[in-house]
Amino acid sequence: MSDDTGWLWALDGWIIAAGVLCAIASSLVGNFLVLRRMSMLGDAVSHAVLPGLAAAFLITGSRHSLPMFVGAAIVGVLTALLTQWIRSFGKVDEGASMGVVFTTLFALGLVMIVRAADTVDLDPGCVLYGAIEFTPLDTIRWLGVDVPRVVITLGIVSLLNLTFILVAYKELKLTSFDPSLADTMGLRSSWVHYTLMTLVAITAVASFESVGNILVVAMMVVPAAAASLLTDRLPWLIVTSAIIGTLSAILGHLAAIHVPAAFGFASTSTAGMMALAAGSLFLLAMVFGPKNGLVIQAVRRQHLALSILGDDVIAYIYRDEEKQSVAPEHATPVSRQWLQKRLLATTGATSVVLWWYRATGRLEKSQLGYRLTDKGRRSAVLLVRSHRLWEQYLVDQAGMASDRIHGQAERLEHFTTRDVRNKLERETEFPQSDPHGSPIPAERESDRQG
Amino acid sequence: MIAAGQLIALIDFSTWVRVLTLADYNTRLVVLATTLLGLSAGIVGSFTLLRKRALLGDALSHATLPGIGLAFLIAPIFALNGKSLPVLLAGAAISGSVGMLSILMIRNLTKLKEDAALGIVLSVFFGGGLALLGIAQQTPEGHAAGLESFIYGKTASIISQDAWWIFGAGAASLTVLVLLYKEMKLLCFDDGFAASQGYPAVGLDFVLMALVVLVTIVGLQAVGLVLMIALLVIPAAAARFWTAQLLRMTLVAGLIGGVSCMIGSLISAIVPRLPSGAMIVLTSAVFFLASMLFGVQRGVVIQWWRRRSTRRRIDRRHVLRGVYELAESVSPAGEAESGIWVTTTALMQKRSWSTGRMIAGIKRLQDEGCLRVRQQDVTLTAVGLIEARRLTREHRLWELYLIAHADVATERVDRDAERIEDCLEPVMIEELELLLEHSTIGSRVPTSPHEIEIAPSSTGGQT
Repeated sequence: MSDDTGWLWALDGWIIAAGVLCAIASSLVGNFLVLRRMSMLGDAVSHAVLPGLAAAFLITGSRHSLPMFVGAAIVGVLTALLTQWIRSFGKVDEGASMGVVFTTLFALGLVMIVRAADTVDLDPGCVLYGAIEFTPLDTIRWLGVDVPRVVITLGIVSLLNLTFILVAYKELKLTSFDPSLADTMGLRSSWVHYTLMTLVAITAVASFESVGNILVVAMMVVPAAAASLLTDRLPWLIVTSAIIGTLSAILGHLAAIHVPAAFGFASTSTAGMMALAAGSLFLLAMVFGPKNGLVIQAVRRQHLALSILGDDVIAYIYRDEEKQSVAPEHATPVSRQWLQKRLLATTGATSVVLWWYRATGRLEKSQLGYRLTDKGRRSAVLLVRSHRLWEQYLVDQAGMASDRIHGQAERLEHFTTRDVRNKLERETEFPQSDPHGSPIPAERESDRQG
Repeated sequence: MIAAGQLIALIDFSTWVRVLTLADYNTRLVVLATTLLGLSAGIVGSFTLLRKRALLGDALSHATLPGIGLAFLIAPIFALNGKSLPVLLAGAAISGSVGMLSILMIRNLTKLKEDAALGIVLSVFFGGGLALLGIAQQTPEGHAAGLESFIYGKTASIISQDAWWIFGAGAASLTVLVLLYKEMKLLCFDDGFAASQGYPAVGLDFVLMALVVLVTIVGLQAVGLVLMIALLVIPAAAARFWTAQLLRMTLVAGLIGGVSCMIGSLISAIVPRLPSGAMIVLTSAVFFLASMLFGVQRGVVIQWWRRRSTRRRIDRRHVLRGVYELAESVSPAGEAESGIWVTTTALMQKRSWSTGRMIAGIKRLQDEGCLRVRQQDVTLTAVGLIEARRLTREHRLWELYLIAHADVATERVDRDAERIEDCLEPVMIEELELLLEHSTIGSRVPTSPHEIEIAPSSTGGQT
């Protein structure tokens, strides 16, 4: 890494390690929060623990981290419990009961801190937000290496979360995807739920007192949400979200150093940048995701629209040939403008389709315009055959009026396979013409002779 | 924890008078501004609550941070003061709106749900904001900018300009909600129906979120982030316990919001070193708790009371019919009479109910004058007989109907009839009589279509 940004593995390496561990710990439980539609719980817990911290401080009189951790974790679990109670007793929806609980607890904590402020110095900002940048300063000697305390804490929390997911995998899966089925199967979903809530609280507290609360809120929701856009299977969801979280932590720290440098500033908030990096990865997943991404969806829609237009073009030329009482090879070619007007299509779409069909040898272009090749005519025959068989079927079997069937058949013809055509033919007792009197072409030219 | 000095301050009468009569300009301003804010936040919050987006204010208020940082950073380029309120407000409004659009996009374009959209926007925007503030702190002017106070609020030092902003935003959002009341109502209760009726559901959502952004932004710099979230959520959630009607709910929410702000800021003015923002949240939390317990529509107490009276009504029905059927089984005439004594043990065995509930039911019927009790035996009084006959008759009519017209198996009709009998109106009974065209017309009790389970040695003697 470049020297002017002052990269040091001893510092930056540990910062990234802390970020990665926080991301993994949070995204592991975050998956289930997103699945259970409780994504805002991380945010709620990280605000709500303030009275726990204040109480621990007032009771022990020290800023030692263990009592604070315990106090915060207790209030964190309490937040989840109170939210649940208000929701079930008061029939208030999840978000609202969460909002009531965490704002109230936060206010309570604020009052406690302000009241205590004459005896001790306790800054709410300092209590609330640890800073990931200071991670390497507080170390514990472990296996001969100075390991930051934060890294050890978050490592333990990650392991804890992983163990829980492995042990309660089946219950978690069932209660997250189908709580009512879980109930009918007699799975006791409540202990899974409350353990999960406890782990969320522990993860939130462990993370925000060391690396800042915004990071844990972001890492609980964003990687899991991004992963859910990429895969539908739970094991992959968990793995993917952990990978996305890890990537965000690494990219975020790099961005915190290098992006401000590009504008002539020193490095900025690493936790903020990690959240932003996670957001960028989410955006990438949302736009370019291979299965549900916006781009692939748009491409699919466009592809479908163009292939339907292509079907319409050749079927239209075929019908035009039919009307001219000459052999198809001698029929008058049609112009692009004429097709476009008849099919109510745009110039762009029609040009693309005509170019593509010429390139694949289904249309040929002369001075006069376009005409079907033999290959194109075979495709057109099948489409027109589908269309007319459907019309016959709709009148014959579905009892529809003959003036209403065209639109229906127009939609169905594009998705009709050979098997379906044969079935339709059997069902309608091998008709020669459709309800409008147009002949129904044979599946293959040889069939007609045979 | 209140020290002696504070106790003296508490009983200092002149402080009370000065605060409660709003003699200080500053107190007056704070109380007025927060009350206005509580009022408008309560009203706007009602709609977001019903739209199941209570935490929208949470997400949007966090989403304003990058705008504030960015506005501060780029304002000097346009020769503006980066710390001036309109510049910061404009920045907050723009990034709040971008956040709002992001929420709508995530919700409408992906399969993710509301809560995930809120969580993503909240954390990513706030993270971006922190990163921008980290840079802003490095500029010469930025160091003492106190940009964070914009987020964390400064309730005690509200100036008249803030009050005007709040008044303006409140008036604007009220006007919009009055004009779009019908549409918003439809959106909140049935957005699918609203869309099918040709209302622009996404557009209305947008308007509602814009109102939240507006109220949040003016509120944020006056009272801070957490208080703003609380004001959008708590009064509306509290109001829901009092009424099921939207207009009333918005009014109650506005009232609760306004009153909590007033009380909270007054307490904070009277007692030294109680932050007004936190006191406002705690006051509204007290209102919430009181509403949750005592709200006349969905309060816990009223619900418990409703359940209890339903249970008592059903118990009464069961006891009377039980005594009637037991008496019927030993009566030589085949019909229950007043004065046929049955044992409570037999009554107990007739149903799977707790002894306590049965005894309590018997006790209430005795007080009502329907039952006479003699040690372990009970009998119907004349009044009780009429009532028991009516109830048994309703039950059996319904059983007959279920057998004749609903093809319910005979073994099951008893249970099925019990489920419905409590809801039968007299008109229904008449219809049942006509439908069955039975010898049941009149006041005669039809015989039970199924065997009535009676434990051996179930009845006492006849007097």
